[in-house]
Amino acid sequence: MSTKVYIAGLGVISAIGNNVAEHLAAFKNEQAGMGEITHFQSIHKGVLPVAEVKQTNQELAAKTGMPADASRTTLLSLVAAREALDDAAIPDLSTLRTGFVSANSVGGMDKSEDFFVEFLADNNKGKLKNIFDHECGSMTETVAAQLGLTGFMTTVSTACSSSANAIFFAARLIKNGLLDVVVAGGTDALTKFTLNGFNTLMILDKNFCKPFDQNREGLNLGEGAGYVVLVSDRVADTLQKELYAELSGYCNANDAYHQTASSPDGTGSYMAMQGALKKAGLQPRDISYINLHGTGTANNDSAEGTAIKRLFQEPYPPMSSTKSFTGHTLGASGGIEAVFSALAAKHGLIYPNLRFQTQMEELPFTPETSFREDQDTHHVMSNSFGFGGNCTSLIFSKIAR
Amino acid sequence: MKAYIRSTASISAQNTFGDTGFLTDVVEYQSTRLKAIEPDYKEYVDPKLIRRMSHVIKMGVAAAKECLNKAGITMPDAIITGTAFGIMEDTVTFLTRIVEMQEEMLPPTSFIQSTHNTVAAQIALMLQCHNYNNTFVHKGISFESALLDALMLINEGEGENILVGGIDEMIDASFKVLTRLGLYKRRPVSNLALFREQSKGTIGGEGASFFVLSKQPNAHTMAGLCGIKTFYDENTQLDVSDQITALLDEHGLTVKDLGLLITGKNGAPQNDAPYERLKTGLFSGVPAVNYKHLSGEYSTASGFALWVAANIISQKTVPVVLQERADMIDPPKKILIYNHYQNKYHSLMLVSAC
Repeated sequence: MSTKVYIAGLGVISAIGNNVAEHLAAFKNEQAGMGEITHFQSIHKGVLPVAEVKQTNQELAAKTGMPADASRTTLLSLVAAREALDDAAIPDLSTLRTGFVSANSVGGMDKSEDFFVEFLADNNKGKLKNIFDHECGSMTETVAAQLGLTGFMTTVSTACSSSANAIFFAARLIKNGLLDVVVAGGTDALTKFTLNGFNTLMILDKNFCKPFDQNREGLNLGEGAGYVVLVSDRVADTLQKELYAELSGYCNANDAYHQTASSPDGTGSYMAMQGALKKAGLQPRDISYINLHGTGTANNDSAEGTAIKRLFQEPYPPMSSTKSFTGHTLGASGGIEAVFSALAAKHGLIYPNLRFQTQMEELPFTPETSFREDQDTHHVMSNSFGFGGNCTSLIFSKIAR
Repeated sequence: MKAYIRSTASISAQNTFGDTGFLTDVVEYQSTRLKAIEPDYKEYVDPKLIRRMSHVIKMGVAAAKECLNKAGITMPDAIITGTAFGIMEDTVTFLTRIVEMQEEMLPPTSFIQSTHNTVAAQIALMLQCHNYNNTFVHKGISFESALLDALMLINEGEGENILVGGIDEMIDASFKVLTRLGLYKRRPVSNLALFREQSKGTIGGEGASFFVLSKQPNAHTMAGLCGIKTFYDENTQLDVSDQITALLDEHGLTVKDLGLLITGKNGAPQNDAPYERLKTGLFSGVPAVNYKHLSGEYSTASGFALWVAANIISQKTVPVVLQERADMIDPPKKILIYNHYQNKYHSLMLVSAC
């Protein structure tokens, strides 16, 4: 049970880049990914900005070797998971016990929506191929098969904390001695279903989002996928390459307040962060950077900020929401931000929180506004909170091996 | 990794919920689809909340509450659910409104409740439980993934009593789509004669089965959950004998030590062939029973199988209705549940007397 779990590979695709290198460049250039809806038809086009991956399904299919009629959720997942696995470059992978733990929030909803229009008019109509990947597990299965990681697979879905929980569960599979190497993270494509869903909640900003700003007006939805390759201590010792970080802490707590809203004092967020610190054997002052959940909604940022105010003390650690670049990628966000956090720990990076202007009245701190390198980022915390009160915090620590 | 099953509660197409005997009042259906027998939810859930809850949420929350009541536990150390399809009714409601109202003036409720973690979240909300909360959504091994998570938490010392459930609902839209995909029989059949039918397809089902898994046994412990294994193979002709032998070997057992095999036979010849091969092969000396003629087939029906196994062990009886031929079967001390989903996902659960 004492085995440490390390991160040996990273892969990510989002509105600001198609791989890790492009993301680092976008952060440095402070280049946000939001824009007009281009990949699907919606009455919200031109009204609500979204953060789309800048590739069509055809381009993603060509890149991955998948059929162009595959769910976009699958295509995004395969791009990022393959980058992570290639990056880890683990020799003799076939001799190890491997697994794939992925997450998403709405499965192949992009295809189900197409199916449903015809099905609703006549239950005997609608192309069955379009409903075949409705289940969340479907994209996991396809990608695991493509990567040759079918030894163990499962799918987690806890709304916007989904892929943080997938990473955390995968690490425990290694710690419990069941697997040696697990690719873990999550994926979600933009869909009409989620766009309209969040729109009914009136929490979508009509401009580019302003996380942790007093005058924030909501979130922008995004899409993408992010995966890390987790390896056991024993596998880590055999690798030639430098590892990114140790996954040193994790905790899953429930706010138990409301199906969608966070409690005013951020009970769940507080417990998740506190639990992750305890797991890592750290004190709040040890955290060198917090990658915030920071959606940009009035409710989330107030609850998360209040929880941080309660748990941490002056001087507060630097913090920022990279959702100001990628938008909120829902079930993928924990995976995408795990990639950012592991990079931050390894390379001493702190990412800017774009468009921040005015400090929130109830908070004694402000987010970082510029890209910083060569920082002492020994321990990086990543927060992911979701509907249903599901709150998860992960801690990525610089490796002292 | 081992845990003790302290209590179970199951809402199913049979009289399994509340104060009932163990499959003593069996319901026969003439149908291709078995609907869950719904209890009076007011006894389990605040009536103000019930009005807003859709079918699967009510089933899940009520089964969870009853399971905790039976265990005498008010605050579990974790809540973990498995569901392949999640909250289908709310999902379809919201999809329908998007189309019909052309994305305008949509009410939020069905969207809010449509996330797959809604049942686990509503249980946490009802109990004011801030502990670990997770939901697995992987086709035919959703429930098994939840069980594995619980076993690991217990192994890690992260919990003493963990609530785990498998939940799926069958709504008209999903039944129609799955029928078009060829999963179900074309004509109504008697569920009790399911294994005498030779036609293609099975019968659909739904339900919610919950368990309190405990680190320590006590006077009320029903059975032990000694091992669980899931695996995937694209080869739909896979012979799982090796995997079964390996799991038993890990526990120092052989097939001879098993008193019963519970199979996932569902009446579709293609689905049932691997079970028949095992029964005449590796398990030729072990009695075998089925359960999907009672529950119907659904992705988390293996939760119903575990409910059956825990009750067989604790009540020391193998109800005749589970058997294909009415043989006398000695109450088993050790049971293996083998289930597969579309011949690709396989799961093994080893249940024993304590």
